[in-house]
Amino acid sequence: MSVVDRQEWDVVVVGAGGAGLRAAIEARERGARTAVICKSLFGKAHTVMAEGGIAASMGNVNSGDNWQVHFRDTMRGGKFLNQWRMAELHAQEAPQRVWELETWGALFDRTKDGRISQRNFGGHEYPRLAHVGDRTGLELIRTLQQKILSLQQEDFRETGDHESRLKVFQECTVTRVLQEDRKVSGVFGYERESGRFFVLQAPSVVIATGGIGKSFKVTSNSWEYTGDGHALALLAGAPLLNMEFVQFHPTGMVWPPSVKGILVTESVRGDGGVLRNSEGRRFMFDYVPDVFKEKYAESEAEGDRWYDDPDHNRRPPELLPRDEVARAINAEVKEGRGSPHGGVFLDVSTRMPAEVIRRRLPSMYHQFKELADVDITAEAMEVGPTCHYVMGGIAVDSDTAAARGVPGLFAAGEVAGGMHGSNRLGGNSLSDLLVFGRRAGRYAAEYAAGRTEEGTRARVDDAQVDAAAAEALRPFSAEAQEPGAGPPENPYTLHQELQQTMNDLVGIIRREAEMKQALEKLAELRVRARRAGVEGHRQFNPGWHLALDLRNMLLVSECVARAALERTESRGGHTREDHPSMDRRWRPANLLCSLADPAGGAAGDPAATDPERGRIALERQTTEPIRPDLLALFDKEELVKYLADEELEGRSE
Amino acid sequence: MSGYEARFKVWRGDVEGGGLEDFTVEVNDGEVVLDIIHRLQATQAPDLAVRWNCKAGKCGSCSAEINGRPRLLCMTRMSVFSREETITVTPLRAFPVIRDLVTDVGFNYTKAREVPAFVPPADLGPGEYRMMQEDVDRSQEFRKCIECFLCQDTCHVVRDHEENKPAFAGPRFLMRVAELDMHPLDAAGDTGLDRSRTAQDEHGLGYCNITKCCTEVCPEGIRITDNALIPLKERAVDRKYDPLVWLGSKIGRRSRDTT
Repeated sequence: MSVVDRQEWDVVVVGAGGAGLRAAIEARERGARTAVICKSLFGKAHTVMAEGGIAASMGNVNSGDNWQVHFRDTMRGGKFLNQWRMAELHAQEAPQRVWELETWGALFDRTKDGRISQRNFGGHEYPRLAHVGDRTGLELIRTLQQKILSLQQEDFRETGDHESRLKVFQECTVTRVLQEDRKVSGVFGYERESGRFFVLQAPSVVIATGGIGKSFKVTSNSWEYTGDGHALALLAGAPLLNMEFVQFHPTGMVWPPSVKGILVTESVRGDGGVLRNSEGRRFMFDYVPDVFKEKYAESEAEGDRWYDDPDHNRRPPELLPRDEVARAINAEVKEGRGSPHGGVFLDVSTRMPAEVIRRRLPSMYHQFKELADVDITAEAMEVGPTCHYVMGGIAVDSDTAAARGVPGLFAAGEVAGGMHGSNRLGGNSLSDLLVFGRRAGRYAAEYAAGRTEEGTRARVDDAQVDAAAAEALRPFSAEAQEPGAGPPENPYTLHQELQQTMNDLVGIIRREAEMKQALEKLAELRVRARRAGVEGHRQFNPGWHLALDLRNMLLVSECVARAALERTESRGGHTREDHPSMDRRWRPANLLCSLADPAGGAAGDPAATDPERGRIALERQTTEPIRPDLLALFDKEELVKYLADEELEGRSE
Repeated sequence: MSGYEARFKVWRGDVEGGGLEDFTVEVNDGEVVLDIIHRLQATQAPDLAVRWNCKAGKCGSCSAEINGRPRLLCMTRMSVFSREETITVTPLRAFPVIRDLVTDVGFNYTKAREVPAFVPPADLGPGEYRMMQEDVDRSQEFRKCIECFLCQDTCHVVRDHEENKPAFAGPRFLMRVAELDMHPLDAAGDTGLDRSRTAQDEHGLGYCNITKCCTEVCPEGIRITDNALIPLKERAVDRKYDPLVWLGSKIGRRSRDTT
């Protein structure tokens, strides 16, 4: 019965943020006919909200910087759980990716001698973030967007059609990756504007859909972050890695309620902002963990001197990695030393002249002035932790960005796991998506090139298309699903309950009993979500869109909760109150989530697996040992704090 | 200030037609218009179509007209209205409506594609670029643009004259031409492309009669008229009437930058 519109492409990229666009550019430049699909308008992806900068060891501000230092900082930030090969490639290739943006027209802030300026950020030893004021994400996405246009202009000159080799399908949602055997054969999706279904046939699919923040109530993420790519990969049979690691950015706005969670860039601290509690105390000095003791200032005076003389002083503890700062703020608020609206105070007004603040933090100035009626050049901001980033994601091969177990599936950017270990350093996201976006595009194009000839292309199975269409239409007949079960569920209500559950039970501080409770609640929501119903028709219907996104959010939330229950230690973005310290024995352990009943998933009916039993199976896997030459970049005393005994023994041999 | 019930009129309909629908909806301290639209979706009109993403004035998705004025829904605080006021929310008028508050902004994407891209200097490789901050400042101002298209919506050249659209790129894309024309390293001139002239000849700069409506509605505070459009007009005119430039173009040599 499949009457849906079908097109053939070589590479389909799902997601048009930094990773997706960079992947698409690479695939197209390597000769693959490339389609990009995004849920919003082209150029509106969550990447526009990235403020701080792109971490790349160009050494423009401090010549001591190089890829080895960047690698070390990244591994420390991730508490050594990073997929080390990714951290290595990332540190090595990031400068090239930044310079390349300049050749596409990007205009970064400059140093006095005309090079790209670099700023300080938490966890980075040297000023390393290439930036444009505090709107670096916008510059990045605009540059990639304009590069895509320039490729389309080239194609127009050659073929008379702008979209002959590179096309953006904006305001479309992908609901299924289609497969032949296990191999990718394309994607199934719908146009949001019309509600019409379509199939893009392609041997390679790059998932670059970003994160999962919309499963949490207080989040910096845009509405698109519903874990779509994570869920698409799971449903296609690719495992997700270390989903327990969810980063809470320490400084979200806490007031007014309409902007609760929206980010206050880390550059506020990088540029001299200090954190104080309601007693006026600079409390971060009380929260420097042992592993970082030698690297951070012990007094306010030393921390202050560092801004002017970083070579002879240690950095202030406001610049600890994000997880440490977020936990410290959480603790201060819990102890009753919080600000009036339940955060702490972040102040730049006493440390920089008003005009400098306006120049260096223009969008922060603007944001607080317009949305909170607070003038940050004259008063402190009120800030608190907000769900920001998921370190966990699709398990990929470090070099090729290929997803494990599903030939033809690739992943890059936030949706891919491994790069950041248990905690991501600020600025490493924009560089990650450039480095691995490019790699994913390259290997997706290469893979497709071997499978584009007639007869070798994977075929799209009509039964899968029909099943995907039926799944997508389910919310319109919610009442008919289980006769007598009462009225359909409101997807908005289900979403709010899910967010509250994740916030309360799987948030920044976790406990065993709460994880178990969360899994029960998620099971209940899963049963109710089967009856999520919508009014109206398929054209631009936000209720319908949300009902479909719920499937993804519920799947991903279960992964987070299950993995968080399993990992009985505190590390990076995962803090267990009942297991408060980092346990070296957990260092070589990865947790992989996969679908408990893959056949049920592949058949296209989300209810095929018993929702009450849970849909996710968890597997523990030992990581590949870190390459000796990379370990040699660290002092032995430092490694002793992180590595498991057997790993240390292996090293001395 | 605690919660109160506000009166809203929201345009609902599609390409076939529609009209204003009345709602009474709860408003709480510190909320913006987008919060109210979301509350309507969650409680009274689940299929009410609206675009939005970041809710922080950074993505430019939630453009609409509030009491007839082009605004971002997420950057319009409810506290600027009195409690007695009925607040009217309608889609952008210069673009065809798709559904409710969502319009077809395809015009802007067509125009974006018509502006020739940045041309990198041939003699410099990646990593070799050197530019002074004061030189990049000018184009950086325009790169703050979040592409909310409010300037396009308010520009009377397109707002009131659909027939102008094919010939006129609108302030956002004329500003893009200016941005590239002022880019310290753009080498378009070396390829024979004179950006300021194309603004005049291909992107309809002449239609702009500097009423500054675009500047007034820009949520980023970009001085579109003063800093982009007027200088672009001046350069286009200079090039056209400067006999030296004219002569230079005739004998096949053109200086890269005449300012």
